[in-house]
Amino acid sequence: MSIAVTRQDDVVIRFAGDSGDGMQITGNQFTDTTAKVGNDLATFPDFPAEIRAPAGTRAGVSGFQIRFSSTDIHTAGDIPDVLVAMNAAALIMNYKDVAPGGIIIANTGNFTERDLQKAKLATNPLEDGTLDGYRVIAIDINARVTEALAGSPLTSKDVLRCKNFYVLGLMYWLYSRPIEPTLEWLAAKFAKKPELADANRTALRAGYNSGDIHEVFQGRYEVVPVENAIPGTYRNIMGNHALALGLVTGAELANLKLFLGSYPITPATDILQHLAELKEFGVITCQMEDEIAGICTAIGASYAGLLGCTTTSGPGLALKTEAMGLAVMTELPLIIVDVQRAGPSTGLPTKVEQADLLQSLFGRNSDAPLPVLACATAADAFDCAVEACRIAVQYMTPVILLSDNYIANGAEPWRLPEMDKLPRFPAAQVTDPAGYAPYARDGKLARPWAVPGTPGLEHRIGGLEKENITGNVSHNPENHQLMSEIRRDKVLGVRDTIPTPEASGPREADLLVVGWGSTYGAIRSGTERLRREQNVSVAHLHLRHLWPLPYGLDEIFARYKQILVPELNMGQLSRLLQGEYPDHRFLHFGKVKGKPFTAREIREKITAVLEGKS
Amino acid sequence: MSAVQLTPKDLKSDQEVRWCPGCGDYAILNATQAALAEIGVPREKMTIISGIGCSSRFPYYMGCYGFHSIHGRAAAIATGTKTANPDLSVWVVTGDGDAMSIGGNHLIHAMRRNVDLKILMFNNQIYGLTKGQYSPTSPAGLKTKTSPYGSVDLPFNPINLALGSGATFVARTVDTNPKHIKSTLLAAAAHKGIAFVEIWQNCVIFNDGAWKDWSTKDARAERTIDLQPGQPLVFGKDNEKGLRISGGEVEVVAAADADVWDPTTAAPLAYIMAYLDEREDLPHALGIFRQHDKPTYDGAVKEQIDSLTAKKGKGDLKKLIYTKDAWQVG
Ligand SMILES: Cc1ncc(C[n+]2csc(CCOP(=O)(O)OP(=O)(O)O)c2C)c(N)n1
Ligand code: SF4
Repeated sequence: MSIAVTRQDDVVIRFAGDSGDGMQITGNQFTDTTAKVGNDLATFPDFPAEIRAPAGTRAGVSGFQIRFSSTDIHTAGDIPDVLVAMNAAALIMNYKDVAPGGIIIANTGNFTERDLQKAKLATNPLEDGTLDGYRVIAIDINARVTEALAGSPLTSKDVLRCKNFYVLGLMYWLYSRPIEPTLEWLAAKFAKKPELADANRTALRAGYNSGDIHEVFQGRYEVVPVENAIPGTYRNIMGNHALALGLVTGAELANLKLFLGSYPITPATDILQHLAELKEFGVITCQMEDEIAGICTAIGASYAGLLGCTTTSGPGLALKTEAMGLAVMTELPLIIVDVQRAGPSTGLPTKVEQADLLQSLFGRNSDAPLPVLACATAADAFDCAVEACRIAVQYMTPVILLSDNYIANGAEPWRLPEMDKLPRFPAAQVTDPAGYAPYARDGKLARPWAVPGTPGLEHRIGGLEKENITGNVSHNPENHQLMSEIRRDKVLGVRDTIPTPEASGPREADLLVVGWGSTYGAIRSGTERLRREQNVSVAHLHLRHLWPLPYGLDEIFARYKQILVPELNMGQLSRLLQGEYPDHRFLHFGKVKGKPFTAREIREKITAVLEGKS
Repeated sequence: MSAVQLTPKDLKSDQEVRWCPGCGDYAILNATQAALAEIGVPREKMTIISGIGCSSRFPYYMGCYGFHSIHGRAAAIATGTKTANPDLSVWVVTGDGDAMSIGGNHLIHAMRRNVDLKILMFNNQIYGLTKGQYSPTSPAGLKTKTSPYGSVDLPFNPINLALGSGATFVARTVDTNPKHIKSTLLAAAAHKGIAFVEIWQNCVIFNDGAWKDWSTKDARAERTIDLQPGQPLVFGKDNEKGLRISGGEVEVVAAADADVWDPTTAAPLAYIMAYLDEREDLPHALGIFRQHDKPTYDGAVKEQIDSLTAKKGKGDLKKLIYTKDAWQVG
């Protein structure tokens, strides 16, 4: 009997299981294979903060959502079409998100009395009517894997650990994906442990074949490749990785060696880890004793003529503030990457929020202006990192680059840049003593970068206020006024080299939605769909440069009747815009639940605003 | 580095030196200029990085590169500078408050890593710049503006801290003996790796005479002993007394029976010399407590980069971005 294959355009799958169940690996494998098939995709990994929350409990549930599509998409999807629940806790934490009539695949092997207890369930949700209205596919995956691996030299515990590959195989079958890429990956991953490679391969094949054999599904699906994708070379990329690649590229475009001083913190750590692998690029990575030392080594390296960089997340950014002031005062190039996470203090370390904007803009003593930009997506992180390097080098200034947890761990296909065509911005380090003064200025108000080791340019810099041009310590009140103005004007001057962003959608409309950072996808999807399906008069403006703000925003804002600013915080960009453009009214729309906006939330809010209900 | 011969004058900047008249910092500045003129490094390859405090004004007065940074962070900044360019001769000037209070973490880690930095810590047992609060080296009971009834803090012994952190060169000198400062700094410069040098320094304004029991010329002979490699451990006006260490105990013996000092030994003798400070009946030690040969951090970083570059070839950005799992559209 042949099983029918139905074509679908857009699918959202969520894998959920215990944090030890390998859901992230499963999700990443499905993602890589899907990228190779040529779908557009977006992912949203969601893991618990504790490395090992008690197995089987609600706190230990780890999730990975992937959306893949035959068309261009911007988010990881609001509502899963399919939920794979590896145990009772994973089911109960996730089933409510599934689309009505959606598929729930449940591993009945982990719904014993004991599992229900651990998940704090009085009755079995597979049996008590909880899942009415869903298509439930109950499979004892534990038993199936054990059967498939009968005779394997592995212990029964290790055999059970292969169950995620069984599930992966099953999903490959259901969505007509090839299993070869994962077979190859397993071979490479377990090159030194052939028995593990074997077992996982067997589990993967068993899962795949079970689709045909057991006929648990009425049909299979196919999501064909994106047709009108922009031609080019693509690869799948996660935000932290793209950012690391962007920093190395930025340094090369500046003709400089990259130096990273950092201290591990979730979710920024991967950037340090990726860069630590790039020794043959001359990249120096120093894992320091704390964040303060991280930024200070970077400042010391920039002083010595390298491109200093430091990476961190919120609490680490707080520690770096004093040193940022030093970098502002000494006017050295420096990149400070903040992968934002949720909550004050240690907050919700693995959850998303975009609430470090005001800290980035103002979180230093006195007036210490520096450029701030934020990336929108995983692939955009590459471009933003290059842009941050450009600004830092051309303007001799520290720059803050904001990313967040959603971008850091989310993946998407990345159209690779044509490396030879990237504009270069070689650093101009001075060597000529004639006319040299440490705080002389060029056309961009940047001071000359004279590096220790250069004969004849011996000079002193530091955190004390400097006399204009000579750089001598100065307590002169007029000079402090002047230098403060120069520092302000220098940073504002960055506007001369950044484009005015274009609103997508109508040039004039009832509503403009202004966003920044990772909410880009949800806002973009939400506004596009409202225009397309309901003819709503709404446009979307995304801000990459948050300080200085680009020229021309005033005119753009004037073309729209109302302006809505959705943000994953309590009102930071809206406050900034309100202060900068007092003639317009900015309506804040905030969410701080540790989760990204869904496109639906954006649509509903827009509708409410337009109906005057908000 | 090409050997060059400078004069101390070459290492003066055009800035007016502004410490209180009589401050011990002047003597240290002069002695440092004299020493650095002789280390064979051209001015442009010398850089002095300091934190915040009276002592940390030092870079402004030196005719080489200088960086007056923020409180406590000089060791971290210098680690970045030296690692970025191991070809530079990087000197850190710091105070007891700067190095051991706010900067304690960076200090111990720079020493642990054996970054090839020369750290000069001016110890006046007080916060000078902020006008006289007790510091982490102030003796318990010291009355200051923040300890009007006497400080109840117990102090660090900087030498012990440095030894315990694994510093490969640890020495002590005193502002009243410029010749000793100079020879100590020359030894520090010659050492490949971190050099921690504590310099007893007198703050005439807020803690005058803190070291006088040991630092004046007369007191020095009787109450200090100079640890010099290969030299007998002798002291006294006519070098008539000596120290001998046996069974972990120190005893005073006739000069002829004194032990010979060897700072390269792995034995815990350096710690014992630091503990002399706690004994009223014994002289405090100056000179070189420890001098060990170990790979430097900056050297190891460079070596790793060089060897991996030799092995893998110079990094190709295009290959890094265009991996084999990339695919073509259109
Ligand atoms: C972050 C910060 N905290 C506090 C201060 C104030 N401060 C400046 S110097 C100093 C202590 C200096 O003492 P020490 O390092 O012993 O140097 P000295 O002035 O005695 O040479 C303090 C507390 C500062 N500048 N920065
Ligand atoms: S306050 Fe003390 S340490 Fe500072 S300059 Fe004056 S005498 Fe020297």
